[in-house]
Amino acid sequence: MATGTVSTFEDSLERLDVGWTRTSPEAVESTLAELIRGPAVGVALAESLSLPESVRRDPTPADLREAKTGVTMASLAIADYGSLVLESTPEGAEQVSLFPDLHVAVLYESDIVDGMEEAFSWLGPRLREGGTDGKSAILATGPSATADMGSLVRGAHGPKAVHVVIVADDEDENEAERVDE
Amino acid sequence: MSKSTSRNEKAEKIRRLMVTEGDAVATNTRGFNTGRYESVANLDDYEELKQEARAIKEDAIERLPELLEQVRETVEANGGTVYLANDAADANRYIREVCEDEAAERVVKSKSMTSEEIEVNEDLESAGIDVVETDLGEWVLQVADEAPSHIVAPAIHKSRQGIADLFNEVFADELDDPLETAEELTMFAREQLGEKIEGADVGMTGANFITADTGTLALVTSEGNARKSAVVPDTHVAVAGVEKIVPSVEDLQPFVELIGRSGTGQDITSYISLLTPPVESPPVDFADDETPIAEGSKSDRAFHLVLIDNGRLAMREDEQLKETLYCIRCSACSNVCANFQSVGGHAFGGETYSGGIATGWEAGIEGLDTAAEFNDLCTGCSRCVEACPVGIDIPWINTVVRDRINRGESSEFDWLVDGLTPDEESGGMDLGKRFFGNFSTVAKVGSATAPLSNWVAQTSVARTAMERVLGIDRRRELPAFQRQTLVKWFDTRGGSRVDAADATREAVLYPDLYTNHVQVERGQAAVRALEALDVHVRIPDISSSGRAPLSQGMIATAEQHAHEVYGALAEHVDAERDIVVVEPSDLAMFDREYEKFLPAKSHERLSEHSYEVMEYLYGLLHNGGDASVLRNAGDRSAETDAVAYHSHCQQRTLGLEGHTVAVLENLGYDVLTSETECCGMAGSFGYKSEYYELSMDVGSRLQDQFTAPEGQGRTVVASGTSCLEQLDALLSRPTQHPVELVAPK
Ligand code: SF4
Repeated sequence: MATGTVSTFEDSLERLDVGWTRTSPEAVESTLAELIRGPAVGVALAESLSLPESVRRDPTPADLREAKTGVTMASLAIADYGSLVLESTPEGAEQVSLFPDLHVAVLYESDIVDGMEEAFSWLGPRLREGGTDGKSAILATGPSATADMGSLVRGAHGPKAVHVVIVADDEDENEAERVDE
Repeated sequence: MSKSTSRNEKAEKIRRLMVTEGDAVATNTRGFNTGRYESVANLDDYEELKQEARAIKEDAIERLPELLEQVRETVEANGGTVYLANDAADANRYIREVCEDEAAERVVKSKSMTSEEIEVNEDLESAGIDVVETDLGEWVLQVADEAPSHIVAPAIHKSRQGIADLFNEVFADELDDPLETAEELTMFAREQLGEKIEGADVGMTGANFITADTGTLALVTSEGNARKSAVVPDTHVAVAGVEKIVPSVEDLQPFVELIGRSGTGQDITSYISLLTPPVESPPVDFADDETPIAEGSKSDRAFHLVLIDNGRLAMREDEQLKETLYCIRCSACSNVCANFQSVGGHAFGGETYSGGIATGWEAGIEGLDTAAEFNDLCTGCSRCVEACPVGIDIPWINTVVRDRINRGESSEFDWLVDGLTPDEESGGMDLGKRFFGNFSTVAKVGSATAPLSNWVAQTSVARTAMERVLGIDRRRELPAFQRQTLVKWFDTRGGSRVDAADATREAVLYPDLYTNHVQVERGQAAVRALEALDVHVRIPDISSSGRAPLSQGMIATAEQHAHEVYGALAEHVDAERDIVVVEPSDLAMFDREYEKFLPAKSHERLSEHSYEVMEYLYGLLHNGGDASVLRNAGDRSAETDAVAYHSHCQQRTLGLEGHTVAVLENLGYDVLTSETECCGMAGSFGYKSEYYELSMDVGSRLQDQFTAPEGQGRTVVASGTSCLEQLDALLSRPTQHPVELVAPK
């Protein structure tokens, strides 16, 4: 991944009016704590990243209804479009990213790819692979929106706002992760 | 019902829609269309992506039976069920049984045109099941009890105020204050629908694409309702036409990049759901809202993929209609269409589908009668061809269907036009169409008997008869035939004034129907301009191109013309003479439609050596021609400095607008180009009494631009005959072909 990719991604987010914060793995918890509006729901992040205490894990339908913020991982991002790849999980990542007004997505910087072609080269094998998760994903670009009522409104059935937390990862770890996949 | 009554009724319907829905439709579709131009301009490999998309669809439809089998295997391996429904009734029965097995009381739906096609809502409702559309636009229509007017944005015919009035009336009991802003309307709808989704038993979605390798559905949406409909209830029914299958996940890429841009002009919609159902996301049971959702699991889910044939497999066997199956329903062909922009899908549409490609869909699914209702609204302007992300020749599909409709009609008045209609058609078609289709004979007789023919034609008795029998609107001025045709004039003057031996090049000026019989002056100007640049010109007496019959759906007649024209021009091409064409619609015949009529080699040869007249001048100047010999070069009078130019729709599709602009600019003109896709006249279309007002409405946008301050004082030039006729009707200023502006006296 070239440095240009990250700045292209940030430009795209800017265009979409999506906020972002860059942070380190250690600071993810405190960064999230500042960003979320309570009540918040979330699903477990990558192993070395922690959710703030205030985020309710394992949400019930009532939690989903009440929550103002939902926190999930994004598996991949597409720089040209500012899109996030949100994979469905048995824990309900799809719902957590969908019901609350604010979706906060946590993304490793090294998971940003340039374009749609790279994204689909990743998605193809991933969707074919099978297993318990990773067989469904949403390519989400900006908040939900509609123009059906006469002009553009953000927040139709889904979130009104999206914020991306971009986590720096050190190169070696990143390489190892890629090989795993 | 007589022809003239049905014409009156059609005119009345169009008039009413233009008043009630025209403004909202125009604002929205034109906004989408502008957005498309901007969005695709930012895509570096736009043309390559379109070609890729096209190739994937061609391959997928070719291999459809095999892919259908593969989808069945992958979906079943995932734990879902596949049902291939022959027709709407079959599909509805299956879906109803699924709902009844689940004891479903409510089904929530995301937007799906295929579900509209089979009318599943009505079927389920008659079984006592509550069906709720959750797409905001679809919900508005459900509340209003109206039909979609656009395949992507179904409620574009409604204004914000109209929706506010509707909600304030229907939901008066639930509202403290009346709703007003788009934000308020959206939040109200979100709340209402959110409750409906929470209590739903079955979620129904469509699918924009289905990948055979994984059984994944791709859903292109923005609101998030499709996500909720698929993930909240434990039973998911997806309804999709069989043509939606593509081989693999990777094949989705070009479509994902093209579909939003082509449709509403968004680079990408908010959500592209790639769902491989039954999905691993746990269902959400709001009735038991204290149990963590993760305690539910995929094993609680049921998934049914209902694939709809309903005529599609037969379309696949139909060489002409087959291309329709490549359509990804992006709506570009609706948004770019000048007629659609004025009337919307309630006039320009059939049972389910609307816009240019609807002719193919409705002919294949419902039959020719349904397609016949609106097929005339495609004027063949061809602006949709380059807009279509899968390169469908939409005008051709309209022509083919028109031809089939013609063959099914018969009339007692055939004798009236018989003498004027030496066509290849089996007879019995609409008389007006036959008259316009045989315009070359009309023009020959008209010129031979001019000016008498013009006087007679203009008498009120003649105009009344023409309107009643042929449907020619009496408010239109008829073309005045000139006694001396271009060919005759050229002969009389003794041929070219540039000797072949001294010429830089030799060219054949093709005497198209209008230049030869009606607008002879522009042909004369073309000769003078070419000769000024040392071109030896010839004007042989050659048959008309077949454009007129083709536009009326008379394919066999048009094809006959193609053979004759090619036969007459081939020798000139072999002698290395360039073919120069004044009328853009005739050049478009050579370039596009002749491909269907001539052997590939012949078509290529003719197309390669044919030039639009201004394109040709551009080439001559580019290769060292002396611009100063063209009129006004150097010492123009001040008032002709500024030009307003309307290119011709088909000329723009051929990519030739820029050449005229470049020549004019080269000669020192300041050029304003028109922003409308089409002038609205479109050959014979604007003459027809049922379409006269629509044609004028389309033209009014051009009129607005050319009479606004920036366009007002400019000399008006246009390339097409129809465009010039339309501009003459719209403006009080004289108009001319650009070659008349630049040719020396
Ligand atoms: S025919 Fe082409 S432009 Fe029209 S809706 Fe289908 S894909 Fe889009």
